[in-house]
Amino acid sequence: MAKRIVKVYPLFERLWHWMQVLLILILMITGMGLNGVHDAIPFGPAVMLHTLAALGLLALWIFATFWLFTTGTWKQFIPKIEGMLSMARYYAYGVFQGEEHPYEKMFWRKHNPLQAATYFVLKWFIFPAIWITGLLYLTYNLWSSGDSVVAITLIANLHLLSAYVIGAFIVVHVYLLTVGHGFKEHVKPMVTGYDQIDLTPEQEAYLESNEPDRLKPVS
Amino acid sequence: MILKRTLTGVVLALGVAGLAVAEESTGSSTADHSKFPILQKDFKSGPEVTEACLSCHTEADNQFMHSIHFTWEYEHPETGQVLGKKNVINAFCGSVAGNEPRCTSCHAGYGWEDMSQPPPQAATAKDCLVCHDTSDQYTKLATAAGHPPLEAKGKTITGAKAWAVDLTKAAQSVGMPDRDNCGNCHFYGGGGDNVKHGDLSSVLYEPSLDVDVHMSPEGENMVCSDCHVSDRHQWAGSRYNVLASDPHGTGKPGEERHAASCQSCHGNEPHPANIKGLKLNDHSDTLACQSCHIPEFARGGVPTKSFWDWSTAGRLDEDGKPIKEDNYVSSTGQHLHTYMSTKGDFDYQEDATPYYAWFDGQVEYTTIDRKIDPTKTVEVNVIHGDRADGTSRIWPFKRMEGRQAYDKVNENLVYTHVWGPTTDTAFWTNFDWGKAIDAGMKAANQPYSGEFDFVDTYMYWPITHMVAPAENAVECAECHQENGRLVDVAGVFMPGTDPNGWVGLLGKVIVLMSFFGVMGHAVLRIFSRTSNGDHHG
Repeated sequence: MAKRIVKVYPLFERLWHWMQVLLILILMITGMGLNGVHDAIPFGPAVMLHTLAALGLLALWIFATFWLFTTGTWKQFIPKIEGMLSMARYYAYGVFQGEEHPYEKMFWRKHNPLQAATYFVLKWFIFPAIWITGLLYLTYNLWSSGDSVVAITLIANLHLLSAYVIGAFIVVHVYLLTVGHGFKEHVKPMVTGYDQIDLTPEQEAYLESNEPDRLKPVS
Repeated sequence: MILKRTLTGVVLALGVAGLAVAEESTGSSTADHSKFPILQKDFKSGPEVTEACLSCHTEADNQFMHSIHFTWEYEHPETGQVLGKKNVINAFCGSVAGNEPRCTSCHAGYGWEDMSQPPPQAATAKDCLVCHDTSDQYTKLATAAGHPPLEAKGKTITGAKAWAVDLTKAAQSVGMPDRDNCGNCHFYGGGGDNVKHGDLSSVLYEPSLDVDVHMSPEGENMVCSDCHVSDRHQWAGSRYNVLASDPHGTGKPGEERHAASCQSCHGNEPHPANIKGLKLNDHSDTLACQSCHIPEFARGGVPTKSFWDWSTAGRLDEDGKPIKEDNYVSSTGQHLHTYMSTKGDFDYQEDATPYYAWFDGQVEYTTIDRKIDPTKTVEVNVIHGDRADGTSRIWPFKRMEGRQAYDKVNENLVYTHVWGPTTDTAFWTNFDWGKAIDAGMKAANQPYSGEFDFVDTYMYWPITHMVAPAENAVECAECHQENGRLVDVAGVFMPGTDPNGWVGLLGKVIVLMSFFGVMGHAVLRIFSRTSNGDHHG
């Protein structure tokens, strides 16, 4: 096994991630304003910003879904039970004992099992919940009839609940960047695309001969 | 060639100028009334003028005698109630019955002295000039049952000192009604400027753009009848039977519509077809246009009466003389009565936020035959509406608060005889409620037990005039906030009004729990790191 600097996040994925960060931040801030949590932004402009950011995010997701399936990256997001327990044990106990992170990032599998499971739930349940309710919310006039108050109340509250769950995800997500190798080390790969990965001799040889661009020369 | 073009230009310019001159005297009409031989006459009375009018306008009398402007009576097609000024009791001066020559000064006819009778039936008893005079010097005396002042004596219907009206000049000037023709009566309902409606005041003679985007000379310069379109002397727009929503919209291209609704010009999707416009159009199935586009009523410097307590009227000074107090100062510095021995206590509102309620357009009156519950605030006119009916919209209203007399035994509101300088029963002359109510009820041919008291009342006035420019419409957050403008309106879901509903609280708990969870985790990590001597990361 050799530790090599490998490009794990291609440009599109990084762009996807950071645009998502920006748009979700805008959506969170404007959304909280619309919900009445704060009044930092006037309601009308907040609605516009929220709507435009949401439409932007939807467009991004359409591109991302296309990308995930054409590149096969979607497999990264399928959770596996294997290794999940040791991750859970690490976060709940090992981390306090100064143990090493039990998950070794592989170039074909960037997420640890807990991460993958979280993203799976997020992508398959929470995100669809927020954009389906969001679209229904936005297009209210196209489907509503005289007595749609119950429906819109339900939709709005589901939208709100999903938003808070995503809020909670962001809190834990940002915090976990500080666990293990440290915040800067964790954020860097999503900026530069490169991370240090243990490669088997076969993997190393494969990348060197077939995808040399993904490997940084050994210094 | 060039010369020819220049010449054509000059001729065209002259032609247009000529047209402009012609328009000034006759409008778009094909008749110049100042040239009519029958109007070249020294008219001695209003009816004489009417007689001249009818000699050409053969159907006008028949058309007009059935209009509400003349009958003051309206049979409500939904409720069957017989309403109209002739019958209803309001929260202002009370009733027309018993106060005729004063109240009927604004009747569009001549000589209606007794409300228990229909208006005078003679063809010449219609007042054509009050609506069609464009010489702007025709008016009616305040106390002469509709007749104009022919000498400079007394007061006019707007409270101004009377002048001698030149009937010939008025007759030769006739044209389509202007803002002042309607305003001279409708702006002064309740006996003074903007007293009644709240959205109809003398400001609307020449309103600035921000007071009324339609009627302002800086804007569309529209007159009342541009919206209140008429067909054979019947007008669109009724306060008893309002078109609360107008799904028909503008109708087909070129289709003639007789509806005084916003939608009849602006359609049902009035906002531009962009994301913002679509969201604003989402509101049109819940809100009347007026709810957002008339942010406040009584704008432009003339306050409206918002409170009238009749029960305190009659207090006199040591010499037994009536008292007046003027403790309300308007934005223009005008002092207004806050107490009068004749009328009791008043309060006013200016730039007032409306009261909002679901409204299907049907207004039911607490007429004389309705029993009231004096332990509660009595609604002089009940506004109907419900979200589920499909036609109701949330409308803005002026909610007038009153305290007025009722029959304690029969439990109904009463007619009161307040005006009568020469009678010994009129309240404003004698300050005796017992006599005033007795006389009022007699004038209206109604039974009266002889025992009265005062009851709190509400009276609702739909707000539909004084439409502001779009940029001055009600801000979203005026309603989309906790305890916003629509807090008391049931049956709506509004984002932003309930951040701490149970889902909101649950969400906050989830986020807080994750926050404290990671904080706890971090503290444990720091703590265990020092004890383990680990210097990770």
